[in-house]
Amino acid sequence: MAFDAQTATAWITASEAAVKADEARLTSLDAAIGDGDHGANMARGLAAASTNIAERAPSTPGDVLVAAGRGIVAKTGGASGPLYGSAFRRAGKALGDAASVEAPVLGAALEAALTAIKELGGANEGDKTMVDALTPAVAAFQAVAADGGPIAAAAAAAADAAEQGLSATVPLQARKGRASYLGPRSIGHEDPGAASTTLILRALAEVTA
Amino acid sequence: MTVGIVLVSHSPAVAGSVAELASELAGPSVAIRPAGGTDDGRFGTSIELIAGAVNAADSGDGVCVIMDMGSSVLTSKTLLEDLEDEDGGPVVRLADAPFTEGAVAAAVLASTGQGLDAVVDSAEQAWSMRKL
Repeated sequence: MAFDAQTATAWITASEAAVKADEARLTSLDAAIGDGDHGANMARGLAAASTNIAERAPSTPGDVLVAAGRGIVAKTGGASGPLYGSAFRRAGKALGDAASVEAPVLGAALEAALTAIKELGGANEGDKTMVDALTPAVAAFQAVAADGGPIAAAAAAAADAAEQGLSATVPLQARKGRASYLGPRSIGHEDPGAASTTLILRALAEVTA
Repeated sequence: MTVGIVLVSHSPAVAGSVAELASELAGPSVAIRPAGGTDDGRFGTSIELIAGAVNAADSGDGVCVIMDMGSSVLTSKTLLEDLEDEDGGPVVRLADAPFTEGAVAAAVLASTGQGLDAVVDSAEQAWSMRKL
């Protein structure tokens, strides 16, 4: 299947549902090394994304993701707001005016999202952030797309790679955000941003399956 | 006319109090606007509150934004990107400065009528003002 406005909207709806279902887990991960508001912030931001999409009724997948990003930036309240908001907006802009796109273009949009997050937050792989989940996910998505695979297979590979990236954040020492003040005491916990990134990528795999 | 100053903190009280302190030291000629917390009064940051404070602080000579940390910085950077996409908006620069000391340094220099670049430099030089 191609990625169109309806699928893009379904992705945001599924992400919102996944974050709401796991809100307590995200918050407890964040309470361990952050300020304990990641679950509530992500739920609020993605709800605002859905509202903004419903109000604007965008007709292309690019405009759906831009509308989602604007809602997330406006209402999230924490650092995840500008990071995810910029990611969705940049991904949406990368899709251009197309009514629907295939796997290679969606892969390029996910790469644009990763670049936006790295530019804004200054994080690299290994800093114990959402970048540690998104980087291997983008690579996995693009590898499947480059072999001519469909979006469903690419998104499933991306979600699996994000889960592995998330697990790999446990032994890392945080170098960004509040957790970085904890120094070595940040070791031994999953990064909450990597956890929410994994939920969002799993939602993409579900709606494209 | 003077350069305006916007103070972005996670806490409405911190942004408001530092604005009050800087105003006291700089005098009434400088527009200093706090943008603390979220749009519904929680701890955090709001791009709408920051954008509103920037517009309120601008008198045509530009605005120096000083942030505390984390989402204050990321949200301000995001607003700057949005403003670059628009025509005719206020000229805004972010100062990489300590919050309280940078706010006072920027406000005092702005009160002398110096331009935006000099005000941002003044805020950033606050890092090197040793206390002991």
